[in-house]
Amino acid sequence: MKHSRAFWLFVGPFAVGLLVFVYVPIGWSLLLSFFDARNTVTPTEFVGLGNYADMLTDGPFLQSLGTFSVFAAFIVPLTFVLALALALLVNQISFMQAFFRSVFFLPTACSYVVASLVWKLSIFNGVRFGLANTVLGWFGAEPVAWTVSTSPPWYWLVLVTLRLWLQLGFYMILFIAGLQRIPQHLYEAAWIDGASRGWQTLRYITLPQLRTTSVAVLLLLLVAAYQAFDEFYNVLGTDRGYPPFARPPLIYLYYTALGSGGQDFGHGSAGAMILTLLIAGVTLVQGKVITR
Amino acid sequence: MRVARYLALSVAAVLFLIPFYLVLRNGLASEQEITSPTWTFWPSEIRWENFAELFANPAVPLVRSLINSLLVAVLQTVGQLVLCGLAGYGLARIPYRYANVVLYLVIATLMIPAAVTFVPTFVVVSTLGWISDLRGLVIPGLFSGFTTFLFRQYFLNFPKEIEEAARMDGLGHWGTYWRVVVPNSKGFFAALGVIAFITSWNQFLWPLVIAQDQDSWTVQVALSTFLTAQSIEVEQLFLAAAVSITPLVIVFVALQRFLVRGVTETGIKG
Repeated sequence: MKHSRAFWLFVGPFAVGLLVFVYVPIGWSLLLSFFDARNTVTPTEFVGLGNYADMLTDGPFLQSLGTFSVFAAFIVPLTFVLALALALLVNQISFMQAFFRSVFFLPTACSYVVASLVWKLSIFNGVRFGLANTVLGWFGAEPVAWTVSTSPPWYWLVLVTLRLWLQLGFYMILFIAGLQRIPQHLYEAAWIDGASRGWQTLRYITLPQLRTTSVAVLLLLLVAAYQAFDEFYNVLGTDRGYPPFARPPLIYLYYTALGSGGQDFGHGSAGAMILTLLIAGVTLVQGKVITR
Repeated sequence: MRVARYLALSVAAVLFLIPFYLVLRNGLASEQEITSPTWTFWPSEIRWENFAELFANPAVPLVRSLINSLLVAVLQTVGQLVLCGLAGYGLARIPYRYANVVLYLVIATLMIPAAVTFVPTFVVVSTLGWISDLRGLVIPGLFSGFTTFLFRQYFLNFPKEIEEAARMDGLGHWGTYWRVVVPNSKGFFAALGVIAFITSWNQFLWPLVIAQDQDSWTVQVALSTFLTAQSIEVEQLFLAAAVSITPLVIVFVALQRFLVRGVTETGIKG
């Protein structure tokens, strides 16, 4: 009895908030997803699985999953390899180690909005004075319209480099922490056995010892790419709206549920439910892999 | 080999610093110099008056949006540490018949990133009438299952002897927590606090959805609005960006030790 009072004193406020701001919204949206609900958050007409059928047959939603897949196919392996490379380099030096670590980690303090501003208006500005076009100009090349060109789709270069800059340091820190947990005696034993200091120790000691970190990093990268919104919205959006291409799932949901063309919470909720199920499925499978 | 390492790191460091350089260069130059077809590496004359023009521009509610961002970030950081810390301790240390039920409800939310459910959360928050309202910006972000879970794991490993000594002195759960456990866990609170502050200051999607009136804009929403509409002078836009990242760079430099720990705690255990 005494324990139950104390328990709710500690856990109660959080538990109430969790119910009201996580469980109630998901329950309400589940309900809305079976109804027509345009410009209102109360269900109007029951449509059964109609919203789900629309989402799963309707081109734009499936296309948004395709856009996510393309983005993830670039950003996940690139971040993984480059963050690991930076971690190995930083971990191997002693002079100025803290300086280099801080420089690579510093973008963590930046928001996607600020990065989008720099990438869109300065580095990849489509006019002649943009930094990338200035550099191209030194070699006599013509300026490229980086963010509006669809063939070739240069905007992927803009979006991928932006996210790389922002998130590399974060994952480098995770890899450094993983590297520092590897027992030194493993390396010493390998050297005595005649292993070379470079590739062989990396292949047979470092990488296998980093397995837990690597799986965690891959999962985090995938989940982060799934939620991509900020840089797409800010780099590609204009005052005339968002272009019809390069719409990852959250961008698509944002314009469906809250766009200026009318708020459609029935379809928006159905989309949120599908996305939630997909990500929950991925994390469950990944969790099984990690704990095995 | 060592030379090659330092060479590679130096090239990478220069690339990483270019965006910061561009923010300063463009923020302190004149518009003519930014848009000039020949690249100037540094403004021929630093225009400090850009500051005055930016803060005097009636079309840019920069001060208001900075205050909003600061309020949201401080309230969310403190609120999360208090609420999730208490809940994590209760789940780790207070035996109760239904504690496991609550724990499973917390763990179930770990699979679902908050951003994916922004439409459902918006539905509830708009019903509460919290659109363009500080409550709508702050409160839904307080109940992080992830932070609570991290606190629980941390308190599970907290040395029991210290708590038992406090018990001997006649302290209950509440007194033990505030007078003994929290003061002995400052590093962990600081680590999660720094992460919470940076995440809150930089978040964009939720404020974009909720802060519909100009008076409730956070600095990220303000920057984004002027970026997508390109409705103010480009040098003012870059200067505003510089102003918006200054508090975070200070936090970053002063508390990097805790930030590194926070990243390691939140990253690996996630």
